Amino acid sequence: MNKFLKPHRWMQVCGRQLAHAWLFGGYLFLYLPIGALVLFSFNDSPVPSLWRGITLRWYSKLMADGEMLAALGLSLKLAAMSATSSVLLALLAAYALVKIPRFRGRGLFASMVNAPLVMPEVIVGLALLLLLVGMQGALGFPSRGLGTLLIGHALLGMAYATVVLQARLRELPAALEEAALDLGARPAQVFRLVTLPMILQSLGSAWLLTFSLSLDDVVMSAFLSGPGSTTLPLVIFSRARMGVDPSVNAMATLIIVIVAGVITAAALYAVYAERRRHREISAAWRP
Amino acid sequence: MKPGSITSLVARWWPWRGRHLVIGLPYAWLLLFFLAPFGVVLSFSLSQMGSIRPDSLIRYVDGALQLTLRGSNFSNLLSDGLYLNAYASSLRLAFITTMGCLLLGYPFAYFMARAKPVHQPILLMLVMAPFWTSFLLRVYAWKLLLGEGGWLGALLQGAGLDAPLLWLGLIEAPGKYMHTPFSLMLGMLYSYLPFMILPLYAALSKMDLRLIEAAYDLGATPWQTFWRITVPLSRGGIAAGCMLVFIPAVGEFVIPELLGGPRTLMIGKVLWEEFFSNNDWPMACAVAVLLLAIIMLPLAWFNRVQDREASA
Repeated sequence: MNKFLKPHRWMQVCGRQLAHAWLFGGYLFLYLPIGALVLFSFNDSPVPSLWRGITLRWYSKLMADGEMLAALGLSLKLAAMSATSSVLLALLAAYALVKIPRFRGRGLFASMVNAPLVMPEVIVGLALLLLLVGMQGALGFPSRGLGTLLIGHALLGMAYATVVLQARLRELPAALEEAALDLGARPAQVFRLVTLPMILQSLGSAWLLTFSLSLDDVVMSAFLSGPGSTTLPLVIFSRARMGVDPSVNAMATLIIVIVAGVITAAALYAVYAERRRHREISAAWRP
Repeated sequence: MKPGSITSLVARWWPWRGRHLVIGLPYAWLLLFFLAPFGVVLSFSLSQMGSIRPDSLIRYVDGALQLTLRGSNFSNLLSDGLYLNAYASSLRLAFITTMGCLLLGYPFAYFMARAKPVHQPILLMLVMAPFWTSFLLRVYAWKLLLGEGGWLGALLQGAGLDAPLLWLGLIEAPGKYMHTPFSLMLGMLYSYLPFMILPLYAALSKMDLRLIEAAYDLGATPWQTFWRITVPLSRGGIAAGCMLVFIPAVGEFVIPELLGGPRTLMIGKVLWEEFFSNNDWPMACAVAVLLLAIIMLPLAWFNRVQDREASA
């Protein structure tokens, strides 16, 4: 690429070999467990040490597993609701942080937005539960269940979604919005007609990210769930504590396949949209 | 009043109201559900467990409000070796995890950032994809690989890694990898590695390569160039990666619970058990308050590094 980066020929060769090996090893490390989950979900033996041929019986067992399916249904509902609320909250927060350079309490706001990213979840979960219990004592609501889970997941998801949206809003050219304002659009119109279409893709990826975070959360859910509101990660966690369960492998494989499908579709769509935009721009360019 | 003047009034006030809504709604949400809970935790940590709920700090006794603060939770915390050990071993594990992630992740991010520009989006996507697949399931998957007769275990044994692992005290008996410090560390390293790679990659990929050219022109060796140009320029990424790994790792609960041994003592687990098993809410809160205080130190350092980066 750049000849100045490689002063000696032998080092160049060695370096490239090392780079390839390191990257390959790293990706192997990252993807080995995922491959193992998929592979062992088809293993006709309940213990992973033995390979006894391919079977689909864990999948049929999963389909008859009422506890797991009920938890999956609840988790999907919760994930959709919490992803939607956290993206909406994050949109406001990111917009405020990027577009409004000065307001009272901005420093506190910025640190509160980012803190859940690093704060150990046991602390956030415990704290939120104690507040909600106190609220319930004083006001009579919310009781532990879907509502409290929704608050907790939306809180966590908001932090992640804000990072995604903030990055996108920051790289938008300010000229477009200024032009719209100059042409007489009101701020709300500028947002709806100019800003929103440009960040739509990031809104989608933030939604997917927070959806999968919610679908995955153990600690927060353990604190905030009540009787009758056991989410899928809680069921998987309690079974994984006991040992290896092939139904969990089958469930994992289904989730991985769906997620991989959605990510691939989203990536392909992004490429397609980019190409179309290019085509339109170059078509408009023609005299 | 003409209807037109009302619209113009609304139009004039809209930016003001819109602005307050945009800031106010998420602000109120965070104050209520993020900041206020810490106040509750702090007040509970100074209280004592009543029959069902912790006693409230302020009580109405003999026609006067009475404030009772009890430091007993904290004195228990600091005098009982169990708690102190748990803090120490959590910090140690988080430190080792951070260093391991840095050692593995820095070269990884470096090679990613120096790969052909056409390949970089794919390489980046491949690092980010595991974020979208369940963290819980990926941790669980190590049970399949390392458990009794697991394939990876057999591979490790075949490669003769038993002796060094035994010597390091990471495993207790040859061939038994699951529920040992080894499986715990592997799981921590695995789960937190992407959090280290991403900020490092961001820092390394936007570096000005002309500076490296300049270093070579001035006669620096590749090794000198790396240590004196590349590493200092990626300091922001290193700091961000270390924070993203270290702080959540201190309070980690799921990985030690699934992959750690029965004797693994982690502060996240202690907090969990105080709350769920012992039902001692004030003690759980005291554990959380001290943990927060410990975390604040590296966080303050990180904020200072970031400020310096921003002003530079």
